[in-house]
Amino acid sequence: MKKLMLGNAAAARGLYEAGCAVVSSYPGTPSTEITEELAKYDEVYCEWAPNEKVAMEVAFGASLAGKRSFCGMKHVGLNVAADPLFTISYTGVNAGMVIAVADDAGMHSSQNEQDSRHYARASKVPMLEPSDAGEALAFAKKAYEISEQFDTPVFLKMCTRIAHSQSAVETSPRADVPAKPYEKNIGKYVMMPGNAIRRHPIVEERTRKLTEFAESSDLNRIEPGSDGSIGIITSSTSYQYVKEACGDRYPVLKLGMIWPLPEKKIRDFAAQVQRLIVVEELDPFIENHCRVLGLAVEGKSLFPPLGELSQNIVRDKLGIPRQQGPDLGEQVPARPPVMCAGCPHRGLFYTLNRNKCTVLGDIGCYTLGAVAPLAAIEMTACMGASVSAIHGFNKARGAESEHKTVAVIGDSTFMHSGMTGLANIAYNQSNSTVIILDNSITGMTGHQQNPTTGYNIKGDPAGKIDLESLCRAMGFARVRVVDPYDLDACDKAVKEELAAEEPSVIISRRPCALLKYVKHKPPLRVDPDKCVGCKSCMRIGCPAISVKDGKARVDETLCVGCGVCSQLCRVDAFESTAKEA
Amino acid sequence: METKNVMIVGVGGQGSLLASKLLGQVLLQQGYDVKVSEVHGMSQRGGSVVTYVRYGDRVASPVIDKGEADFIVSFELLEAARWVSFLRPGGQIVTSTQQIDPMPVVTGAAQYPENLVEKMRAAGAKVDALDCLALAKQAGSSKAVNIVLMGRLSHYFDLPQEAWQKAIEAIVPTKFLEMNKKAFELGKNA
Repeated sequence: MKKLMLGNAAAARGLYEAGCAVVSSYPGTPSTEITEELAKYDEVYCEWAPNEKVAMEVAFGASLAGKRSFCGMKHVGLNVAADPLFTISYTGVNAGMVIAVADDAGMHSSQNEQDSRHYARASKVPMLEPSDAGEALAFAKKAYEISEQFDTPVFLKMCTRIAHSQSAVETSPRADVPAKPYEKNIGKYVMMPGNAIRRHPIVEERTRKLTEFAESSDLNRIEPGSDGSIGIITSSTSYQYVKEACGDRYPVLKLGMIWPLPEKKIRDFAAQVQRLIVVEELDPFIENHCRVLGLAVEGKSLFPPLGELSQNIVRDKLGIPRQQGPDLGEQVPARPPVMCAGCPHRGLFYTLNRNKCTVLGDIGCYTLGAVAPLAAIEMTACMGASVSAIHGFNKARGAESEHKTVAVIGDSTFMHSGMTGLANIAYNQSNSTVIILDNSITGMTGHQQNPTTGYNIKGDPAGKIDLESLCRAMGFARVRVVDPYDLDACDKAVKEELAAEEPSVIISRRPCALLKYVKHKPPLRVDPDKCVGCKSCMRIGCPAISVKDGKARVDETLCVGCGVCSQLCRVDAFESTAKEA
Repeated sequence: METKNVMIVGVGGQGSLLASKLLGQVLLQQGYDVKVSEVHGMSQRGGSVVTYVRYGDRVASPVIDKGEADFIVSFELLEAARWVSFLRPGGQIVTSTQQIDPMPVVTGAAQYPENLVEKMRAAGAKVDALDCLALAKQAGSSKAVNIVLMGRLSHYFDLPQEAWQKAIEAIVPTKFLEMNKKAFELGKNA
């Protein structure tokens, strides 16, 4: 029976059916649900690793030990895991190893829109690219076959529209895959120069064989069309846009294996059509391959190298008419994402804004601290950059910045890549103040556990790293904890730690307001007789507070009674709705 | 059958994922090819969110583009207006009349536009506007707005009632079942 399944859940199902036994990943939109879904199968060992490099090395270790393994990450996570990737390509695998990487063209929830396909070519690791949930399931299984047949890790490349779209899939039972024996093999697995020099030609030969495989595999298929004036090479979600816009009119070479790319198959296809067009999101990856083959091809001369494509873009560029919708005749106000009502980050960012701090930020929900009216964050680049960059910033500007600059980083992001930056501050001695926003969860990606929460991916008790002890062990004498709902305490902590003549860590600790176990106070309301309409409470950008007819008003369906607004009110106009009871 | 397109739009956190799950389930049971496309991650944090539901004999693209939607189902008035250009000529909007101020309106940088239902109609859209929040509260929970909207949408679909009922039973926890069935009926008969 067919089921509707999210692309990520279908990929997880395929990995499960193929006998995947060990999974280690770091969450990242749009890749997260692959691992969350795998964690629901009892036969699979699953974990959240502190970061993607660790995850990939765990998966490698499991493959080496003889079990089929998996690690999943978003596109920028692959940057973190690039170090093991390039060398695991040389060692190859024992049991099959699959790496999912999910791109985010259009940057729905990312800091850049890099094209991960370049990693496949650069690391010489084959990459499969499904175009819907059904293919995500099938390709996940195929990836293990290729991995073991060609002795290589294999990429399963997702993108937002494949990862987060549901379509009908057929499931099968899990295959019984016995563990492979582990055998000591220094020449294959110890990549010191003498051995790596002998492995490199094996990798080149492997790519040659994989190219042959790409010529004959049904992963790459030609779909005939009635009109050979145009022939289209495409893959992934772009393939679906082409089929939506053109139906079966033009012949299509649909690529399911994006690296290595076939040569003869592409040449033969090109010879059948008058005009060869590549439709692909982001960089001209397939197009450049066609150019290397010496083919006359169009691609980025028609389609943009940024953002997502769509059926209308394909229609417009190929001269296919489309319908126009109603035109409202006016721009409506934007609705950007905001920190939730009761978000513990809000009080801290209000404090930093009020103290006119220079704030170097990091990756997480709290990046929204850059949005008006808080507008507190001045830099966000990648995981952990706040802690490393504040050291560089303070070394460059000295005392002038040391007493007004802070780094802010979440608990999960700190575990991911903040610790090494903190070690650098302790070692190379800058007078830097780092604020760990400890909301006891990985928030932005939808509540995943991490090494500081005390629970594992299945919600069972696990090891718990104590942030205070960790910072002290690194050599920080000044480590203090504040409650971000207490504005006076936040203000005092920030002022004192910035004034201190030594590096310090402030842990701003309160669980995410959306966590199920968090008990909220009754919502607040505004006494309109007391409210003078000064809008002081509006400076925290709480979505539950608005001003109507000159008076502040609380949306009781959103308010969780955190009380940060009431600390800003000079006339004591906020009161608890609990008084009625 | 030509592919049909339903967009479900609203503000992050309003429950659009459950609505699209229900609709997808009903349509799959009817033997259609179905694709449902969602947005996860940052925009869910109180931002503008959109879910695409497409069904027919063979659905290719997971998303709906401008000029293509047969229906736009909206949890919030401004969001219905934001996506109106995605409606095909002759398409139908089903919207709750609830208004939630976006941050630029909260901070005073922008005004919440007035007379949006009239403006959408003047632009050529068919608009069915109803107070879904009131109906949801009447059913027993302000969280049932999504089911009220699906009930209203069912009014425009030629699908057996049992199919909707079965799908609600499959998706909603037992203790909220009666409340949600009531919400569905209130929406359908509004």
